[in-house]
Amino acid sequence: MGFYLAQFLTGLASASSLFLVASGLSIIFGVTRIVNFAHGSFFMLGAYLAYTFVNILPHGVLGFWGAIIVASLLVGVIGVFLEITLFRRIYKAPELFQLVATFGVVLVIQDLALWIWGAEDLFGPRAPGLGGAVRILGEPIPQYDLLLIVLGPAVLLAVWLLFNKTRWGTLVRAATQDREMVSALGVNQSWLFTSVFFVGSTLAGLGGAIQLPREAANLLMDLNVIGEAFVVVVIGGMGSVPGAFLASVLIGELNAFGILIFPEITLVLAFLVMAVVLVVRPWGLLGKPDAVLRGADGPPEQPLKPFTATSKYLVWALAAALLATPAIADEFVLVLLSDILIFTLFAVSLHFIMGPGGLVSFGHAAYFGLGAYGAALAVKYLGVDMISGLVVAPIAAGLGALVFGWFCVRLSGVYLAMLTLAAAQITWSVAFQWQDVTGGDDGILGIWPAEWASEKMAYYYLTLALVGASVYVIRRIVYAPFGYALRAGRDSQLRVEAIGINLKSQQWMAFVITGIFAGIAGGLYVYSKGSIFPDELHIARSVDGLIMVLLGGIQSLIGPIVGAVSFTMLEDLVTRLDYWRIIFGGVILFIVVIAPEGLAGFARKILPESLTGKKNEGVQI
Amino acid sequence: MSLLDVTNLCKSFGGVRAVNDVNFSLEKGEMLALIGPNGAGKTTCFNMLNGQLKADRGSVSFQGQELLGMNPRDIWRLGIGRTFQITATFASMTVRENVQMALISHHRKVFSLWNRATNSYAQEANSLLQQVGMEHQADRACGVLAYGDLKRLELAIALAHGPQLLLMDEPTAGMAPQERITLMELVASIAKSSNVSVLFTEHDMDVVFAHSDRLMVLNRGEIIATGTADEIRSNEVVKEVYLGGGSTFDTGEKEKTSA
Amino acid sequence: MISRRGLFTRTLLGGLIAVVASTAHMANAAETIKIGEINSYTRLPAFTEPYRKGWELAVEQINKKGGVLGKQLEVISRDDAGKPGNAVKIAEELVAKEKVALLAGTFFSHIGLAVTDFAKQKKVLFIASEPLSDAIVWSKGNDYTFRLRPSTYMQSAMLAKEAAKLPAKRWATVAPNYAYGKDAVKAFKSVLKELKPDVEFVEEQWPALFKIDAGATVRALEAAKPEGIFNVTFGGDLAKLVREGSIRGLFEGREVASLLTGEPEYLDPLKAEAPEGWIVTGYPRDFIKDATHQTYVDAYKAKFDELPKTGSLVGYNTMLTIAAAIEKAGSTDRDKMLAAMKGLTFDSPSGKVTYRPVDHQSTMGAWVGRTAVKDGKGIMVDWFYADGADYLPSAEKTKALRASN
Repeated sequence: MGFYLAQFLTGLASASSLFLVASGLSIIFGVTRIVNFAHGSFFMLGAYLAYTFVNILPHGVLGFWGAIIVASLLVGVIGVFLEITLFRRIYKAPELFQLVATFGVVLVIQDLALWIWGAEDLFGPRAPGLGGAVRILGEPIPQYDLLLIVLGPAVLLAVWLLFNKTRWGTLVRAATQDREMVSALGVNQSWLFTSVFFVGSTLAGLGGAIQLPREAANLLMDLNVIGEAFVVVVIGGMGSVPGAFLASVLIGELNAFGILIFPEITLVLAFLVMAVVLVVRPWGLLGKPDAVLRGADGPPEQPLKPFTATSKYLVWALAAALLATPAIADEFVLVLLSDILIFTLFAVSLHFIMGPGGLVSFGHAAYFGLGAYGAALAVKYLGVDMISGLVVAPIAAGLGALVFGWFCVRLSGVYLAMLTLAAAQITWSVAFQWQDVTGGDDGILGIWPAEWASEKMAYYYLTLALVGASVYVIRRIVYAPFGYALRAGRDSQLRVEAIGINLKSQQWMAFVITGIFAGIAGGLYVYSKGSIFPDELHIARSVDGLIMVLLGGIQSLIGPIVGAVSFTMLEDLVTRLDYWRIIFGGVILFIVVIAPEGLAGFARKILPESLTGKKNEGVQI
Repeated sequence: MSLLDVTNLCKSFGGVRAVNDVNFSLEKGEMLALIGPNGAGKTTCFNMLNGQLKADRGSVSFQGQELLGMNPRDIWRLGIGRTFQITATFASMTVRENVQMALISHHRKVFSLWNRATNSYAQEANSLLQQVGMEHQADRACGVLAYGDLKRLELAIALAHGPQLLLMDEPTAGMAPQERITLMELVASIAKSSNVSVLFTEHDMDVVFAHSDRLMVLNRGEIIATGTADEIRSNEVVKEVYLGGGSTFDTGEKEKTSA
Repeated sequence: MISRRGLFTRTLLGGLIAVVASTAHMANAAETIKIGEINSYTRLPAFTEPYRKGWELAVEQINKKGGVLGKQLEVISRDDAGKPGNAVKIAEELVAKEKVALLAGTFFSHIGLAVTDFAKQKKVLFIASEPLSDAIVWSKGNDYTFRLRPSTYMQSAMLAKEAAKLPAKRWATVAPNYAYGKDAVKAFKSVLKELKPDVEFVEEQWPALFKIDAGATVRALEAAKPEGIFNVTFGGDLAKLVREGSIRGLFEGREVASLLTGEPEYLDPLKAEAPEGWIVTGYPRDFIKDATHQTYVDAYKAKFDELPKTGSLVGYNTMLTIAAAIEKAGSTDRDKMLAAMKGLTFDSPSGKVTYRPVDHQSTMGAWVGRTAVKDGKGIMVDWFYADGADYLPSAEKTKALRASN
């Protein structure tokens, strides 16, 4: 009995830690609609700053808690600084674009933390007076755990009071529901958002600082916590702080008891729970249906236009240049170009579902990885040749998309995005865990091209042909009735249903199409690298794709190509330098600020009409 | 048998009877107006007819086919076109493409992956636009249209599959008075020339009296009067409802009833 | 707008110029031997920074003495950002564009394996310096890949041999849920079972890497009432496990055998809370009195103003390996270097190291001892140097392990 109680309390303590991070994220999303990847970085900064202040301030109870509070508030100030200098400039950008900015912030903070605090983990002291354990039913329970168990609900109560018993809270809640109305009421919306950022970041900082007695401050904290924090927020319902609490407790307890039965489950438990919750309750436990990712603030997308004569020449010139490259360039240029082409297809396929489809996918790596694994497994177990491998790749990915898509199209907005993420994470965990079949994280080796394609030049041409054909086909589909119907459904769900279109089947089919093309990219990738590891299914790969699409400009068909090319080249360029992450992040932030409509949108603004076609009326940014 | 027969239609929201035992029928080529003060249940009634809202009880029969339980897209396929109180169009397409979209769907070509959508049914789309006087704006982006033009575009979309019945929820909401009259004249003339029946709700009594063959007055979910414009104008109960309820016949405010 | 664009162009140009400049610099130094080096410098700086310093020191010393075969060593070092795909791309560049004589490096096992397979495909010599995976020399081993650091199997076997001397019979294991953890537990179990058939394993915990829920894991281990615990967690996970475990009394009256925990990379951050009495593999760098080692430590301290860590020694030995191999081969011809690598012996600060011809694994060992806390920091006591050769399977057994390839 005592054992189970102890495990229960342990679960509650973990839940409190999780809740502190998640609540801030939920608040920020609820009001500003920013999917803030940098929230994990705030968490990490909280832990590091707390470490620093604990050492500066006098030792003892006051010094310790003083350090925690000062660190949290300082993180809040950093959040405010970022909101004012960065996010405020891009609230009006097309949906999700802010995500790119937060990605840049993550990179910058990673290098800053390394630079300021060094590479070594920093193990803080135990909390004064709470360093030991008390016995409950004979079981030792850390005193600090008991404190956390109390702290979680206390913060929940404080946040609840703040939101429900203050004028500020009333305004914030109003803003959550209707942003226009609040500005119509004469409330200065930008300061409201700033203050929300302060509260959210402070909570993230507190979450990190409070971890100091439990874990060493380290440079991986940011990315380790962010995934789970998002999961908690989504399970609870975006923007619902009590929901986040409930979800934290759910995850904390399932984890505490789950590891008794099936220890390996911790790898994927949170994402499994999220998938189940979303399938049963499409808006999370306590969420409301309106919490969707809306592009309402951005300008409407412009009608599709065929290439102008000049751009047609450019496309042919580009094709000619790509065909001629092997004659003049060295082998590595071909390797790099092949990479760029593969990621271009990956980004274009993701854009197909996100742009015309209006369905945000946070888990596109699933199809890339399924394609790669499909080919690799076919080689490993069936000994198929390269051509068959490249045929298996899109089939495997398409089948995956058929299954995941069926569940995903039932949801919308950020919930849909998170279900795609869950699907990708579950796929990842299968590849990771099922060592006997997939080789686990040791991957599958020896997937090299057939003899005739083993020269770099031959493989480059193969890649060029497949990617070129795929991009062309995707473009045709976008211009075809199917693509139009998809965009129609994105523009007005009400109207498509009222003209007899079954939007769900349309979207489901779109998932399959996007999966197939991502699968082709995955197949090409595995043969170009010779091996495949679960990394290619992981969040990081999905995020790369997202950044490419958004950076390029989601409202343009050229966008994902521009995004993929610039992202891949920039990454190749900067990783040669020390502290490249801060440079990379800095460049991304710079682009975000000068081109909030993405690179392609930016180009459209400054290029002549002979390239972009007739400028549209009345569209201003 | 009439074109549309509605019998004993009921809907409650948490104990409040929004629509209570509504019965009416609509003949081929007839323009029938559904009026009533705010919160009378007009939009609720409408949304049950077009499949967006589930009815508690009753029957809606279109040419003998029961509509209750069907979803909006299947009802549309039977030949019922719709316009919305707040226009619903495709902002990222041109005016013509909006109409083409409806035509593509009508011809069941939405899964076509290769041909260019802009080349599909362009002629038909042009003539529909001509019908509503939008042919000169065919290549403009829908996102930049004036509201009155959007309403006309919606009408063209609703007519795309050659419907026998048009359901128009507040067709003139949000328009200037002169525009309202022009639009309703357009609707009336199309209805006459194509022998399409129209069921519409409306706030503007000038519009209602000028363009309906018959009127129904809904109050607190019940039909309290049916008849021609003159009969309704002189009906004491109707006067009581409108005047006593603080509303007048010519109030033009946008109704904010939600579905 | 114009000026902003100008600034943007300049930023990009600046980056380009930096790259071009560095390439140009490389092109100038014609009389060098180029070595391609890849590691996860940004992903795990805590482990790869000491490693980088180690090989930098070695290169400096070798070049000061006149280089190898009269040529200076030139290391082209790149960051793979922790992604195997990147590592392969960089390897392609180093081979195709930089024309390096050989490849070296990697820390993560899967990245090591990706480059191992690349080396086989492109027929290039690859010195896998840091990755621990047994597969690199055994199941996925190939003619072109050699591995320096004592492997998962070797280090687990070192601990298992010590564990077999203890009275503890009921063992529990806790390891990160990925190949390294799995391999380590498997190796520890099999060696311990072999040496002491009556042991039983009563509990296994597999926390996700760097995401351990320490409280719950500790409770689950405690519930099984083991007499001994074999730990494979490291880094942030280890810190959490140690603190939770000591608060909850998990380690009281129990033996703990813990892989790599004695390495300064893992022991130093724990400071005064370093566990006491654990049997660990590691590197008691400040207590090794051997003269060669002392010279090495002094040089390292002089250059970097800090004590070397395990990674430093691995990095240092990597360059010693390369220099010795090229010296022995008499050229940078691939086949001659490959022949030289088989059975190559060189003197390292940790003693003589030989690359076994049978599986290309070096016999570099590790130090085995118990942990203790002194002056507020964790140290190793009662340690001895376990020569890797003593913990590797025999030649016949090894052949069987590699046979599948």
